[in-house]
Amino acid sequence: MKLCPKPLTCILSALLLGSASFTFAETAEEKGLAIAQQTKESDKGWGDMEAQMTMVLRNGQGQESIREIRLKSLEQEADGDKSLSIFDKPLDVKGTAFLSFSHPVGADDQWLYLPALKRVKRIASRNKSGPFMGSEFAYEDLTSFEIEKYTYKYLRDEPCGTEQCYVVEQYPVDEFSGYTRRVTWIDQSENRLHKIDFFDRKDAPLKTLTYADYQQYEGKHWRPDLMKMVNHQTNKNTDLIWTNYQFKSGLSDADFNKNSLKRAQ
Amino acid sequence: MKERVFDVALKHPIWVLLASIILVVAAAAGAKNLVFKSDYRVFFSEENPQLTAFESMQKIYSKSDNVAFIIAPKEGSVFTPKRLAAIHELTLQSWQVPYSTRVDSITNFQNTVAEDDDLIVEDLVLDPATLAQADMPRLKELATNDPLMRSKLISPEGHVSVVNITIQLPGINPVAEVPEVVNKIRELKTQFITANPDIDLYLSGLIMMNNSFAEASQNDFTTLVPLMFLIVVVAIIFLLRTFSGALATIVIIIFTIISTMGLAGWTGFYLTGPSISTPTVIMTLAVADCVHILATFFYELRQGEEKSKALRTSLRINFSPIFLTSVTTAIGFLSMNFSDSPPFRDLGNMVAAGVMIAFILSITLFPALLMLLPIKIKPQKENKSVLMDKLSAFIISNRTTLLPSMTVIILATVVFVPFNKLNDDFVKYFDKTVPFRQATDFMQDNLSGLTSIEISINTGQSSGINAPAYLKTLDNFSGWLRAQPETDHVSTLTDIVKRLNKNMHGDDPAFYTLPANRELAAQYLLLYELSLPYGLDLNNQLNVDKSSSRIIGTFKNLTSNEQIKLEERLYKWFEDNAPQYTVQIASPTLMFAHIGQRNIQSMLIGITFALILISALLGIALKSVRYGMISLLPNLAPAAMGFGIWYFIDGQVGLALSVVAGMTMGIVVDDTVHFLSKYRHARIDKGKSTEDAVRYAFASVGRALWITTLVLVAGFMVLAQSSFKINADMGLLTAITILIALIVDFLFLPPLLMKLDNTAVIETTKEK
Repeated sequence: MKLCPKPLTCILSALLLGSASFTFAETAEEKGLAIAQQTKESDKGWGDMEAQMTMVLRNGQGQESIREIRLKSLEQEADGDKSLSIFDKPLDVKGTAFLSFSHPVGADDQWLYLPALKRVKRIASRNKSGPFMGSEFAYEDLTSFEIEKYTYKYLRDEPCGTEQCYVVEQYPVDEFSGYTRRVTWIDQSENRLHKIDFFDRKDAPLKTLTYADYQQYEGKHWRPDLMKMVNHQTNKNTDLIWTNYQFKSGLSDADFNKNSLKRAQ
Repeated sequence: MKERVFDVALKHPIWVLLASIILVVAAAAGAKNLVFKSDYRVFFSEENPQLTAFESMQKIYSKSDNVAFIIAPKEGSVFTPKRLAAIHELTLQSWQVPYSTRVDSITNFQNTVAEDDDLIVEDLVLDPATLAQADMPRLKELATNDPLMRSKLISPEGHVSVVNITIQLPGINPVAEVPEVVNKIRELKTQFITANPDIDLYLSGLIMMNNSFAEASQNDFTTLVPLMFLIVVVAIIFLLRTFSGALATIVIIIFTIISTMGLAGWTGFYLTGPSISTPTVIMTLAVADCVHILATFFYELRQGEEKSKALRTSLRINFSPIFLTSVTTAIGFLSMNFSDSPPFRDLGNMVAAGVMIAFILSITLFPALLMLLPIKIKPQKENKSVLMDKLSAFIISNRTTLLPSMTVIILATVVFVPFNKLNDDFVKYFDKTVPFRQATDFMQDNLSGLTSIEISINTGQSSGINAPAYLKTLDNFSGWLRAQPETDHVSTLTDIVKRLNKNMHGDDPAFYTLPANRELAAQYLLLYELSLPYGLDLNNQLNVDKSSSRIIGTFKNLTSNEQIKLEERLYKWFEDNAPQYTVQIASPTLMFAHIGQRNIQSMLIGITFALILISALLGIALKSVRYGMISLLPNLAPAAMGFGIWYFIDGQVGLALSVVAGMTMGIVVDDTVHFLSKYRHARIDKGKSTEDAVRYAFASVGRALWITTLVLVAGFMVLAQSSFKINADMGLLTAITILIALIVDFLFLPPLLMKLDNTAVIETTKEK
């Protein structure tokens, strides 16, 4: 099968796409989609990943609370990624493990292992919009980015820190999403997210997520050390601190099933 | 000095008029800064302990300002596919209300069901299109028996339901935010009623109450203020028989009001329900100055005096009493600064300023206007007030019986003062014509009251809420609270935990119990929280580190005393059963429950302060300590009698009435001042006997006194027509007190003077 009938055109268009200079007369929607595809493409091939996640929750009174979670994820070619979260803190949920097969469209498959009950429970719910462990992050903010989850509209170019960013609006496809839209700032040099503004169901500003301290792994994959989410309506905020990123440690599908849940300690 | 002021007013009236206009316009420009704050929180000072407790609780959990759609099918049950679809649609639309953060209804209730090892979490009505009549009994059974929904979102009979929207006002532009919410709510209501003509929809909740504060006040402003003007015009035309005089008085009133409100704007005041009655009160008080000047002016004209001379005489005679009464009235209103509630301080300060502005305009602009306006009076003989002569004759001849019988009447009314009940029920701040009141009464009759009390129970340790001992305490407390006679609904974490425990054991009803250990509880909640949608999380019941949880009790509408007693019982329960936890109790209704009492205590200090100041002023003005002391009785008695009579009219005293004693004192003193000053003039300057002095006092000020009293009573009776009960009660009690004051000054003060003054004179002569 010939994938590319006219090699020269193929090479040319690949070059054009890769250099991110969009010379075609495209609509704002097409350009938004192209940027999303490029973002997804540029991070492709990370295979599997492990990391340590610390959440610091703060309320309007300035009271703090800490959550600690270990995260393992497995890249999927044709579907949403698989992920396994193991809760370490607070101590009374230690050992609880959450397995999720995310899907670009429709409900995710989710299982939770409750060590106190010694059972795996499947959670049948379409809800991904609630707060994750009482934080300002919704579960949907933490699931893997898939092209099909949104429709897009490119807005403008704008400086972001020392970088130049694309500003792209994303509209969730899932009717159960808590948002009408997200406005994302993606830098043009490395396709990294710098900021997301979330708008609630009535299209009022809800939250802002900022990414900081990006590190590059495997010479390709950029990951932030810090994600700060601020809720503008409640004045609560949550910091998400990432440590111990590890890529390609050899995880496989066998590490992401109901049986592996119980073993995950 | 004052002669020079009179000179300018009488000789250059045009200039005085122009200068007044310029000054008034400059002052009035400040009115653009005046905004109306409709938030109920304005009733509380920043240091109010109940407000502080409530605000801190709101920061720890989430805000509880709300709008409640009350859905009442005209007949039959809520549980039909069509009606549930309508509620489902309203629930969806409610997320579009500005500043909404949460919407609770029976359709989006997060129902949990177990199927083998699956936990299904979904809306009770996920897709209304699939609903069939056959589903109805199951849904009704479930909703009307669930402790979270029963009596909160659905009536036990299933005939009334509520969609509750939690609103988080940013508070950046308090003037615009509430109307913004209400406009959207009303749009939804119209849509709903059009689509569902067989269902009634009512609007309640704290946001609707805030809005009613604003709308009731604005309503008052457009109906009561014009009515007041009409009464003033009619009263002056009929009683003093002068169009020009009425016109000049109206100009003074308008100038006084707009410059007072303008100055309030310049100095950063904002308007609230109580303080928006400032114009009505000022109007009433400003009339008195003009009436006194007009009365003497016309008396002189009838004596055949030339216009300018007659006016000058009137100004000369009235300057001191008008000044004195303005100052005492201002002091009375300034006593409201002792109030715990800022809107009443503002009302007091604005009226005090207005009274002084009215005084200044009365001696400058008023004579200038009278000079400019045509005034025709035929010289005629002094027409003696036959009525007043008869009255004084009656009092003098019956003084021996009047004094004891009036004393008995005064004491008999005052005895009832302590029978008044202390009550601030903010629902009843609005009369039954206000839609918010109707909606809330309907809700109370069919579902639950608006009284809510929030109880935060803190373990002091992170994740402490998962401990079995804590959950047990919470469960016991919730059970106890549910058993209290005044309770309609209790929202508690333990109901959720028990349901989850049942779900985790294959929906076996035997497991509708608290989990056996801490880890189980924690893991259930983690599981549950992972599966909740946006806005329906547990953050409104749990704090950030899960060291405390909040129970919300909803109760039948209770009086302030009942609420304070209930609050005490709640604290007592924890003292007896769970002293190890830190318990905090707060809510808007509790704030109102406490404010009446706090305000009465603080106002007592204010009244004492005003009383001492006013009595001292009177003593100085009348150049007699004795008259100052004698004046105490007729000045104090009317307010005390007013509250005694109030027991028979309403019997409930709250925030609004606690300021009446202070503000009426300054007004009732006026009668005493005018009467005593004329009496003293006759006794000392003219050397008349006590009887003749009383006769003289009646003849010279009797008529003016009852005219001003009539205008004042009419004015405050207009205020009494307000649909906003705070203002209506204040108006009514003030009107009663002022009327009593006149009666006391006519029937009690003269016999008292004749008794005390006589003996006193004899004693001093003996000493000599």
